Amino acid sequence: MPLLELKDLTVSYGRIEAVRGISLTVDEGELVTLIGANGAGKTTTMRAISGVRPLARGSVHFDGKDIARVKAHERVLQGIVQAPEGRGVFPGMTVLENLEMGCYARTFPTKAAHDEVLEHVLELFPRLRERKDQLGGTLSGGEQQMVAIGRALMARPRLLLLDEPSMGLAPLVIQQIFRIISEINGEGTTILLVEQNAQQALSRSHRAYILETGEVVKTGPGTELLADPAVKQAYLGVA
Amino acid sequence: MSTEMTTTAPAPVHLGVGDRVRLWWDALPRQTQWVAGVVGVLLVALLPVLRPPVLTTVGTDFAGVLAQFGMYALLAIGLNVVVGQTGLLDLGYVGFYAIGAYTVGLMTSPSSPWNLTDDWLSREWGWLFAVPVAVAITALSGLLLGSPTLRLRGDYLAIVTLGFGEIVRLLADNLSTVTGGGRGLNQIAYPVVGQSAERPNGIFSAGNTGLPLNSGTWWFWLSLVLIVLVLVVVGNLERSRVGRAWVAIREDEDAAEIMGVPTFKFKLWAFLIGASIGGLSGALYAGQVQFVVPTTFNVINSMLFLCAVVLGGQGNKLGVILGAFAIVYLPNFFLGRTELFGIPIDGNEIANYRYLFFGLALMILMIFRPQGLFPARQKLLTYGREVYVIARRAAAAATGRRTPDTTGGAR
Ligand SMILES: Nc1ncnc2c1ncn2[C@@H]1O[C@H](COP(=O)(O)OP(=O)(O)OP(=O)(O)O)[C@@H](O)[C@H]1O
Ligand SMILES: [Mg+2]
Repeated sequence: MPLLELKDLTVSYGRIEAVRGISLTVDEGELVTLIGANGAGKTTTMRAISGVRPLARGSVHFDGKDIARVKAHERVLQGIVQAPEGRGVFPGMTVLENLEMGCYARTFPTKAAHDEVLEHVLELFPRLRERKDQLGGTLSGGEQQMVAIGRALMARPRLLLLDEPSMGLAPLVIQQIFRIISEINGEGTTILLVEQNAQQALSRSHRAYILETGEVVKTGPGTELLADPAVKQAYLGVA
Repeated sequence: MSTEMTTTAPAPVHLGVGDRVRLWWDALPRQTQWVAGVVGVLLVALLPVLRPPVLTTVGTDFAGVLAQFGMYALLAIGLNVVVGQTGLLDLGYVGFYAIGAYTVGLMTSPSSPWNLTDDWLSREWGWLFAVPVAVAITALSGLLLGSPTLRLRGDYLAIVTLGFGEIVRLLADNLSTVTGGGRGLNQIAYPVVGQSAERPNGIFSAGNTGLPLNSGTWWFWLSLVLIVLVLVVVGNLERSRVGRAWVAIREDEDAAEIMGVPTFKFKLWAFLIGASIGGLSGALYAGQVQFVVPTTFNVINSMLFLCAVVLGGQGNKLGVILGAFAIVYLPNFFLGRTELFGIPIDGNEIANYRYLFFGLALMILMIFRPQGLFPARQKLLTYGREVYVIARRAAAAATGRRTPDTTGGAR
């Protein structure tokens, strides 16, 4: 049984159908990537999974249960945690306070457990430790991205939704972020990743889906898609 | 891991006055805080008795001004929960003040058709009985207003609440068979205690004019007690998970929801708590003045309350109390004065133009100090300051140098 299963998912904004009947699965422990041009419906799909956007049709099953009617904040309790596109860092809270908001819903049984996870997050992002008292709003874009990912990790997600974590980052930092994503996945966290950086994302993910104007047009193992001529041309800028 | 990322020293955190005071305060031992708090409250309580010459108003009774300040301070604390903590712009807060006052009026005024005091409720205990009812009814009205409107955001919420404030006043003005319309409700009950030969109606009666312990002084003391109680309750809420949810909602509502904060529920709670405190203040007002009319609850008062919150520094309970003091005290300070520091002035005229001056003050404040006079941040950590200890220790180990203790160990 897959951890996440979308069946015939349709999401609309008014009369516009941004996502048109896509089906997708993510198995426990997998790193799955969603790739597509701007406006293909990637963020919309993520928002439907996290519950911020209602479904028009279709179903979302998490851990075998239909969660279509479960509210966004309750899905967090079940373990679906999103690092949203545009990061959503709390500007007036310090880095540490932002990280702590991550475990607001999924609280720790003991302080020791809390300290351990916090320590792990600060190890993944040493930069955040240096800036623990700096306000979120004054962080650089890359640092905010680290906060967004670190904050999601504080919830110990069962399914981590990452929407364009490499957006607006310097190449070196992108490398680093991707390495951390692989590392998190290697530790057992299931990840659904949305990326424009197809090369990096495909080479690191188990499977990938290619989205075009709200529909899945291709799917397969990451490395296989990486070798596909059509994918190469459309998403890797190779003629 | 990220050795290629250069380590730069974090930017120094700039601390405002409010933050510095808070840092200093938090570093004090618990007993010292209690003693200082009690002494502070007692000093404030002694104001109407000592009547310090520099502070005492000349055109109007000083104790009466302080009593009004007490009620405004409650309003500012309540509104601060909604606007300052949760970031919901409520422009109709005066509506809750009115509902609180009118509930007491309707239950105890002889001119009200629902008067209970010529029935089974005694005049002596009428007020005390009506206060919790007034608080409950304002809380309910907060719930009724909040449930549909708190799904709106920002400007829309502001406009709807503005409408609410106006509707309450218009109802009071036009339901004349019940509320007495423009004539209002008179002879509202007040607590009858401490009767004596000179004070036949007790110390809280408006007829008690014997200085210095006139009715204003007693109402001020009563409001001080209520302020302390409300501060303890609100302070504990702010330090709890509820407070963290409020701040998260204020900062970024969508992100809060994604972090698993039931945003609608907590917005409703903020609204409800703010409303009940407003209602409590209104009930106090009705008892003190023993008379309510619709004009007291004009929408301009909402702006005045908001002014107190913005002036004092949104989110800082003690700051907004000072804001309330400025709003109430300054116009009364000028009332009846003909000279100040030897310069001849027309104090009554100056007091009349108070909205002009508050408007100017707000504009100047927004340009030079948009965070208010005494802004302050709260600590928002699950396990309080202990977390900083581990974060700091590990940082020193990782970077191989001593990290300066910027938090002072006492955030
Ligand atoms: N709030 C909205 N109201 C109306 N239309 C919207 C809204 N949000 C998104 N859309 C439309 O839905 C479509 C899909 O948007 P979505 O944000 O899912 O794209 P995306 O694949 O994430 O793109 P990008 O790579 O640029 O982030 C777009 O055509 C967009 O214009
Ligand atoms: Mg997107």
